[in-house]
Amino acid sequence: MSLTDTEGHIAQEPDYLGAGHSVRSWLLTTDHKRIGILYLVTLVFFFLVGGAAATAVRLELATPPGDLVSPDTYNRLFTLHGVIMVWFFLVPAVPSTLGNFLLPLAIGARDMAFPKLNLASWYINLAGGMLALAALLLGGVDTGWTFYTPYSSLYSNSYVTLAALGVFVAGFSTIATGLNFIVTVHTQRCEGLTWMRLPLFVWALYATSVVIVLATPALAIALMMVVLERVFGLGLFDPAQGGDPILFQHIFWFYSHPAVYIMILPGFGVVSEVLTCFSRRKIFGYEAMVFAILGISIFGFFVWGHHMFVSGQSATASLVFSLLSFLIAIPSAIKVFNWSATLYGGHITFEASMLYALGFVGLFTLGGLTGLFLASVPIDVHVHDTYFVVAHFHYIMVGGMVSAFFAGLHFWWPKISGRMYSELWARLAALLMFVGFNFTFFPQFILGYMGMPRRYHSYPPEFEMWNVLSSAGAVILAVAYLMPFVYFGVSVLRGPRAGDNPWQARGLEWQTASPPPRENFGRLPTVTGGPYDYHAQGEEPHAREGDVTFPGRSDSERR
Amino acid sequence: MIWSIAPEQASTQAEAFDRIFAMMTGFSLFVVALVGALIFVFSLLFRAKRGTPRRSVKALQNRQIEVFWTAVTAFFAIFFFWYTSTASLDAIEAPAGAMEYHVEAKQWMWKTRHPSGARELNAMHVPVGRPVTVFLNSQDVIHSFYVPAFRIKQDVVPGRTSTVWFEATKPGTYRLFCAEFCGTDHAKMTGRVVAMAPGDYARWLETRAEGETLAATGARLFVSAGCAGCHEEGSDVHAPSLAGLFGREIPLADGRQVTADADYLRDSILLPGRDIAAGYEPIMPNFSGMLEDGEVEALVAYIRTLSEEEASR
Repeated sequence: MSLTDTEGHIAQEPDYLGAGHSVRSWLLTTDHKRIGILYLVTLVFFFLVGGAAATAVRLELATPPGDLVSPDTYNRLFTLHGVIMVWFFLVPAVPSTLGNFLLPLAIGARDMAFPKLNLASWYINLAGGMLALAALLLGGVDTGWTFYTPYSSLYSNSYVTLAALGVFVAGFSTIATGLNFIVTVHTQRCEGLTWMRLPLFVWALYATSVVIVLATPALAIALMMVVLERVFGLGLFDPAQGGDPILFQHIFWFYSHPAVYIMILPGFGVVSEVLTCFSRRKIFGYEAMVFAILGISIFGFFVWGHHMFVSGQSATASLVFSLLSFLIAIPSAIKVFNWSATLYGGHITFEASMLYALGFVGLFTLGGLTGLFLASVPIDVHVHDTYFVVAHFHYIMVGGMVSAFFAGLHFWWPKISGRMYSELWARLAALLMFVGFNFTFFPQFILGYMGMPRRYHSYPPEFEMWNVLSSAGAVILAVAYLMPFVYFGVSVLRGPRAGDNPWQARGLEWQTASPPPRENFGRLPTVTGGPYDYHAQGEEPHAREGDVTFPGRSDSERR
Repeated sequence: MIWSIAPEQASTQAEAFDRIFAMMTGFSLFVVALVGALIFVFSLLFRAKRGTPRRSVKALQNRQIEVFWTAVTAFFAIFFFWYTSTASLDAIEAPAGAMEYHVEAKQWMWKTRHPSGARELNAMHVPVGRPVTVFLNSQDVIHSFYVPAFRIKQDVVPGRTSTVWFEATKPGTYRLFCAEFCGTDHAKMTGRVVAMAPGDYARWLETRAEGETLAATGARLFVSAGCAGCHEEGSDVHAPSLAGLFGREIPLADGRQVTADADYLRDSILLPGRDIAAGYEPIMPNFSGMLEDGEVEALVAYIRTLSEEEASR
């Protein structure tokens, strides 16, 4: 075995980044790690586009009259923000970037089950994104990301068809990725890695993939129906032709409520990895965490009606959906308590990714609790379609999901790039993001309680103060989001080498070189125990040695 | 009051809402404080200090703890479901004898018609202390009738009649919003609901031109649109009499039973081929395209009054 060194690394083979420098070697790669990077590039692009639209929205709302942009422009801005952020950022954020990069590494495999399909997913995602962007450049869409009929199908004078097709096409990309993940987890696990030894990150990706494969077709159908009615005048939703506008909402939310879990479940996985690593503890209640993930993904399919309490659905239906929505709080609460209990007895250090993960737990708790308000019929009647709802889902999606994404990005950055970043700046950005986020979105709960409807281009003066606060917070948030671009950029150019396992984490992905070689592992690893083996049973665990910011590396790790 | 965060509380529903909302808020603050305290205390207690070896702690008896907090969460989930749902069940049906207002929504305005027939645009005057049912129709897209001070909201869906009810408790002028995104001037589709003491309301009503009530419009249309030709008693055409029809169970030709409610009547006018009453030929012409949305509502309102006459006889 002259090709591998003592730790099983392939000594001569260049890492995946060095395995070719041409554009072609990137665009035609079937390496899951490179595809993960391709996704990261498009993801960052869409995040910037969606973020720019959000900035414009908050600027407009800084003053009560609609004075910055015209009403039509405003409607296009928030639609752009919603469509891009939901389908081209939040849904693919963790699965397609971190998931793609890490899933095979975390289960001790050399690649996905279908590497070519994996590359095709990226191109399909790109095609969908380009269609959506074309709709935007030609003049925009003004239906909101929810595409409610009959407005979208009969009344809107904008590029609905093109945008709907973009989302439709992108849906196939997520379905293909989901399918790939499911098959990969089933067939590519290394020796000894049984289901109940899987890291929670893998469980979360697996559950997410199942939801994606089952739910996304419903979205495709809903959007196709809108296009058919818009283009061919099929009377599916048009009441004058015997259609039912509410039908669209049922099909749409049958996808879009599970989609919320598509967005948040991978976050659960990331946070579990990060919390265990930096508190040097086994996850508290592993089985409960697995069943909570599975429970949420199944229950998530039966609560869509809570989006429609005021649409005129029957009182019986509303009550059943209300009960189911309350029940889904139980697995979510189990997760929050288990994360908190994981800290107990730990040896906790506060690296940037840990700060993001702790922030995630707090913000997700608040987001989840306000979900209970929306699950109860009488409260929802008042706060439905107000800023309360906007605040609630931003707490889950931005406070939760985006925090988890950043936690994961910081945690695995040394693995992905092979280099460290400035811990100081990263921590600063994490704190700033937490402060800016609450500053931006907490006032929106109050606005919603006061009765300010969402999607309003102008608003009465009594709402001014809280909108000003929210817009001011958005400035802080925008700065915090731009900071990682700087210190990650510096890291890529001249960050110190990270070594294979700077956090001394126990996942399989840390058992190979950073950045990993093309084939991931020299010899495929064999697993003999459960995940999060941060302190062997009965053994006094040792404190982590070395500098927290740039951990010391042994000579054998330096290459 | 730019600093006040509580919206005005001006209906019976608002009082019930504020009780539930306060309780949920209290509970949420408690849970956030609990989770925050757990994270904070554990972070402080178990933080790694440089050079200090890790303390050894006894493993938590985790199964018992897990069962405990799962049970507690389940209890609270079901408790809050019960607590909030009982409140909403009480508020489903408007009390008998509620005043009937008809509101038509269109891009981007609210057209109100009083029980007396008086009409308003983007405004609605109501007396305090009397339940009011609002019948809502849309001429184009989905709108939503939202009065924050009353804590009520109801989507206005084209092709169906939605209802919502409230009882104002405090005189004042309250904002009416459209809460469902409806296009360019969605944010401008606002109005006001003016709640007045009953005496003031009566005086206000006297100053308004007495308009035609919706049912009276319907009665006129019933003749002019040609409905009477077949459905009036003594007609040669074999068509069902509409007296006493509203609210009755109707057997259909294909064996189903339907209740003759507003939606059924509406469908019968616009899509007559869909539900044929047992014992009749499908000869009713299709009126979609010939009647406007508001006119259909007027006809339905008129047919309803026929049943009320029947009942009072």
